[in-house]
Amino acid sequence: MSAPAIQAPRSRPAKASNFELNTWLFMRASGVLLLVLVFGHLFVNLMLGKGIHAIDFAFVAGKWANPFWQVWDLAMLWLAELHGMNGLRTIINDYATKQQTRFWLKTLLYFSAFIVLVLGTLVIFTFDPCIDPSSTLEVCRVK
Amino acid sequence: MSTATTEAGAAPATSTTTMTVTVKILRYNPEVSEEQHWESYQVTAEPTDRVLDALHKVKWDLDGSLTFRRSCAHGVCGSDAMRINGKNRLACKTLLKDVNPSEPITVEPIKGLPVLKDLVVDMEPFFAAYRSVMPFLITTGNEPTRERLQSQKDRDRFDDTTKCILCAACTTSCPVYWTDGQYFGPQAIVGAHRFIFDSRDEGTDQRLEILNDQEGVWRCRTTFNCTEACPRGIEVTKAIQEVKRALIFRR
Repeated sequence: MSAPAIQAPRSRPAKASNFELNTWLFMRASGVLLLVLVFGHLFVNLMLGKGIHAIDFAFVAGKWANPFWQVWDLAMLWLAELHGMNGLRTIINDYATKQQTRFWLKTLLYFSAFIVLVLGTLVIFTFDPCIDPSSTLEVCRVK
Repeated sequence: MSTATTEAGAAPATSTTTMTVTVKILRYNPEVSEEQHWESYQVTAEPTDRVLDALHKVKWDLDGSLTFRRSCAHGVCGSDAMRINGKNRLACKTLLKDVNPSEPITVEPIKGLPVLKDLVVDMEPFFAAYRSVMPFLITTGNEPTRERLQSQKDRDRFDDTTKCILCAACTTSCPVYWTDGQYFGPQAIVGAHRFIFDSRDEGTDQRLEILNDQEGVWRCRTTFNCTEACPRGIEVTKAIQEVKRALIFRR
């Protein structure tokens, strides 16, 4: 049996990149922010006022008429989606050993995240409370 | 004086303490079969014997074909790291009485490195990762005529990671290292930490840049397997987190 071939030491990274560092920091920061955003969201929707019984189309319409809640929900959408996406990217890197499996899983992941982000953002900004012509909502009657 | 010595001398090494221990070893011989298989051996041993002693008894008295690495047999050279009862340990630092000898004691090669024969693994990928963090002093300027002096405080900063004996117990206990051998692994980061936090060294930026790589410290999931496995008691996970912190607060 011949002596095992000794591989050359790992090559240095082609160019310096702080990508992994930044994603690591993002996971921590978005995690903390999401705690506030999600629990704030749950508290306002489920506990304040009439609580869960207040939730209907009008309730959501009323919330999204306010830029504050638009920004809140937008931040929640983007942070949660990117946080989850990066978490899954990490898991794919950890558990998928074949390059091809990695590639396809990640493609699927980025594609789904893209759809959710675009669709969610679109809804938050273009939401029309008076989409139903016979709407009895106060905002629609004023018109 | 004489009575004391005779009494003390007579007490230990009696046959009453010996016991029969079953050692279950994951055997592999590529010249016979590509499959690993378990084989059990019964040896007579004292509770205070080490797992390495039991392996010696198997090799010397029962089956001479058993292959394993060991050199100093006193926990310094780091050649006999193996997976004993599912945990990475040094066979020469593990007493039989501490690994529940009433049940069969399982002994496997360390995980994540290619097995060559029985308990011997190819350490080359492990050493390649170590080499890539440049584990040597990097300086500029003229060499001092005498030693490079350092304060006690500066020395203490990296004292923990100087204890590493390169046994690979930490790296091969890391689940991220198991799935693909691309991650540098805890030991390489420990080796880098030893120089990154050395006040005399000037290669800190290069080493940090290497560990900032996609396969570097950011793949650590802080599962603490490495800290638990280290036979030298190095706080490996802490060292990895310190490198992360150094990267974040750099410049």
